[in-house]
Amino acid sequence: MSRSQLRVLIAKPGLDGHDRGAKVIARALRDAGMEVIYTGLRQTPDMIVEAALQEDVDAVGLSVLSGAHNVLVPAVLQALQARGLGDVPVFVGGIIPEDDAAALRAQGVSAVFGPGTSTSEIIRVMESVVADRPPVN
Amino acid sequence: MTLADDVLAGDRRALARVLTLVERAAPEAREILAALYSATGRAHLVGITGAPGAGKSTLINALAAQLRASGDTVAVLAIDPSSVFSRGAVLGDRIRMQDLVHDAGAFVRSMASRGAVGGVARASAAAIDVLDAAGFDRVLIETVGVGQSELDIAALVHTVVLVEAPGLGDEVQAIKAGVLEIADIVVLNKGDLPHADIALRTLTLALSLAQPAAGAAAWQPRLQRTDALSKHGIEGLRAALDAHRTHAREGTRWAEQQAVRAKAALVSELREQLYTSFMEQLPPAQLAEIVAAIAARTRDPYSTARHLLAAHS
Repeated sequence: MSRSQLRVLIAKPGLDGHDRGAKVIARALRDAGMEVIYTGLRQTPDMIVEAALQEDVDAVGLSVLSGAHNVLVPAVLQALQARGLGDVPVFVGGIIPEDDAAALRAQGVSAVFGPGTSTSEIIRVMESVVADRPPVN
Repeated sequence: MTLADDVLAGDRRALARVLTLVERAAPEAREILAALYSATGRAHLVGITGAPGAGKSTLINALAAQLRASGDTVAVLAIDPSSVFSRGAVLGDRIRMQDLVHDAGAFVRSMASRGAVGGVARASAAAIDVLDAAGFDRVLIETVGVGQSELDIAALVHTVVLVEAPGLGDEVQAIKAGVLEIADIVVLNKGDLPHADIALRTLTLALSLAQPAAGAAAWQPRLQRTDALSKHGIEGLRAALDAHRTHAREGTRWAEQQAVRAKAALVSELREQLYTSFMEQLPPAQLAEIVAAIAARTRDPYSTARHLLAAHS
């Protein structure tokens, strides 16, 4: 069969309502040949992790513009661990100060994309991180 | 424990994993499906179809909550289109199904159509079997938003629900051949909108013009007005679904549907396995040579295929 397509969950945790960035990313990943599950606004970490489990995604992308990334992103990482999904790569996009981005990476986030990152760069990084994962059975 | 055992034991992660393997037509998928097959055939399979934006996802959210309230477990298979250019897809049906997220008796899976044009995906039948084997009482299948003639869903389910909305056409639209013919239940969603009364009359008229099917026991399609956002009319829809399930089980429809699906599954497996085993025995170099000859018009594809098959068997 053909090379399997990446399935990616794009989610917006927390309360900010600015989803243009998430939609631009969803569209760009679609045009790169990925299957993107977009869950919409105002998701709790548990909702995101349950969706990631049911959809069996290869990666989770979180868009956070509210400034609450230091709370929401670790909560998603912990919930993933708790459900046995700790091996699913997590990407974060949004307005994240560099110090915070470093801290999030240290906690297990695969990459943090700030304003101005090109969609082609995001696609390149996501594809290489997912490709480096050991195969799951 | 194999993955199939885990699915039968109700492991949701295993279920999600098996759905991926089936969708990718992975080598191990066939063995898993074989192990699950004897556990299929129990669930009430319901197709939800209709135009893009008619409210299928929102209706499923409300309907599934109603079914859960009556104690049934519910799985949803939501299909959205793949791009013909990039093969990618944005699967957005979950956005409207937030009431089901935290419910251990509900499971929602999104699926891209991957080039299939009949309103469902090539792997949909197998995915439905997996959800059926996992023990859900109802499996709701949301088709791609359809136009007039994407009818593949009818061969996959016991009950077809067609979702209409006000403003989509006059009575001539409603008596055209196509998707309205396969509907067991017609839902007029967005029933709170200004032109809903006119649309309801149009659909009532169209359904009344339908020739009664042969036999007194034939099912007459039901019309149900809903407003899925405010959850109006959902209890009526559930009652119509239950009535149709009872009708299908007591009549011949349920058994006929099982036979249709059994035959479709066998034929498609035969086609797949015959093709695979044949191609495995054809050296790529020989294939390339034959293709070149056909392209150059020194051979034709019809008698060449016949000769190859004769040599194979």
